[in-house]
Amino acid sequence: MPKQHVKSNTRKLRQLHPLPVRIMHWINAVAVLIMIGSGWKIYNDDVIFGWLHFPDSVVIGKWAQYGLQWHFFGMWIFVLNGLAYLSYGIFTGRFRQKLFPISLREILTTVSDALRLHLSHDDLTHYNAVQKILYLGVILVGILIVMTGLCLWKPVQFSELAAIFHDFQTIRLIHFLCMAAIAAFIAVHVTLAVLVPRSLLAMLTGGPVVGTSVPSAAGMTTEATPTH
Amino acid sequence: MPLRTRTPSLFRPRQPIDQGVLWQNRRLVEQIDRRNVLRGAVSLGALTLLTGCDVSEEESVQKALRAVSAWNDGVQEAIFRPQHLAPTFSASQVVKPPRFNAHYDIEDVKPVDGTKWRLELAGLIANKQPWTAHQLDQLPQQELIIRHICVEGWDYIGQWSGVNLRDFLQRVGADLTAKYVAFKCADDYTESIDMATALHPQTILATRYAKEPITDPFGYPLRLRTATKLGYKNAKWVMAIEVTNKFNETFWSKQGFNWFAGI
Repeated sequence: MPKQHVKSNTRKLRQLHPLPVRIMHWINAVAVLIMIGSGWKIYNDDVIFGWLHFPDSVVIGKWAQYGLQWHFFGMWIFVLNGLAYLSYGIFTGRFRQKLFPISLREILTTVSDALRLHLSHDDLTHYNAVQKILYLGVILVGILIVMTGLCLWKPVQFSELAAIFHDFQTIRLIHFLCMAAIAAFIAVHVTLAVLVPRSLLAMLTGGPVVGTSVPSAAGMTTEATPTH
Repeated sequence: MPLRTRTPSLFRPRQPIDQGVLWQNRRLVEQIDRRNVLRGAVSLGALTLLTGCDVSEEESVQKALRAVSAWNDGVQEAIFRPQHLAPTFSASQVVKPPRFNAHYDIEDVKPVDGTKWRLELAGLIANKQPWTAHQLDQLPQQELIIRHICVEGWDYIGQWSGVNLRDFLQRVGADLTAKYVAFKCADDYTESIDMATALHPQTILATRYAKEPITDPFGYPLRLRTATKLGYKNAKWVMAIEVTNKFNETFWSKQGFNWFAGI
């Protein structure tokens, strides 16, 4: 593509992670850490599993009430940012574009590649089937943890919603397991981001250009840079 | 750079990560320097502004978090459904005896002498005549089999009965447009609830548990029992009730627990 053309369309270039996605990603990162750290403090007051007690060094909040305060502060950031992210993903078509379709064959190939540590990240702009499932999965878990969180916070005001989860301790358990799933996701997500630093950079700078408003630019590769 | 490694651990790849990636992405790296660090700094600045303070200063963090907690009181008041009933249960699900909770151990409970006990009334109430346990017993009784939920996370189903608080407040000529109903307890515990909760159909002045008089550790001779608040709002060993428009911090809210504590 002629350079001149790129220049004339500078404002319409689209990166792998547009600015709103990057902002929401890092706000979410902070919110999730607050929610997990303070959630562990709250958990410690009445543990679900006798063998599991989170050390003071990893919880947020010195006293039980501080943990609760952090949790009911963080929830606003997590929920409002999450709603903005879901709306953005749905209305801009980002979810449809990045996370679908998921083919069964692709899943099997990617899983077998992953087990043999053969995964390639040559192309950051394309998510493989396992990535799609993990990203979609963690979004669904995020929705479930908010639903169960609402039921724990207001089991009477939202008694209709709480009723679908059986009883109060079941809701607590599901809320906890959602946290465990998100923590596991973060462990994998951060490990891979560190192993493939380009992906981490992309979440800071926006990453490669994936297209412009002009159809001829659709084939642009990762070499392209947004501006000169 | 394709990462192809056969080492068993992802954390110890056989070949170290190729530093060439920095060269390959030098333009991106330069951008980090020029723009995005600044942008990141602004975001962090915004975050600390959001909490209203230096994140290292515990006192100012507390102040900000308490402000959010006060905001949450307002949200809870707004979403409170005055006539929406909490789930109720059958007598076979009732846990006997109920679970003890206080800021001290059960051995340290100082029993109240029910024969000398009087329920004092104060504030915006027309008839402040004190009530004896016997007089309260003569009033119509209401039974609730409801879930008790502690802020710590545990819960149990209890069977409470006594005088409906709304009926009682009407009977003594309380100003039902006042904002708060406050409770003073024999152990110097203080609690207060919003008027909407006081008037909720499942809020009672409980004198019995599982049809028997409440025993000492659980609030004999009288305690508050409401289906729409966390456990700590349900004051035990109640000595006095005050109807007021003045907000007073309570035993737990002074220590940073949420005041509204609705469920």
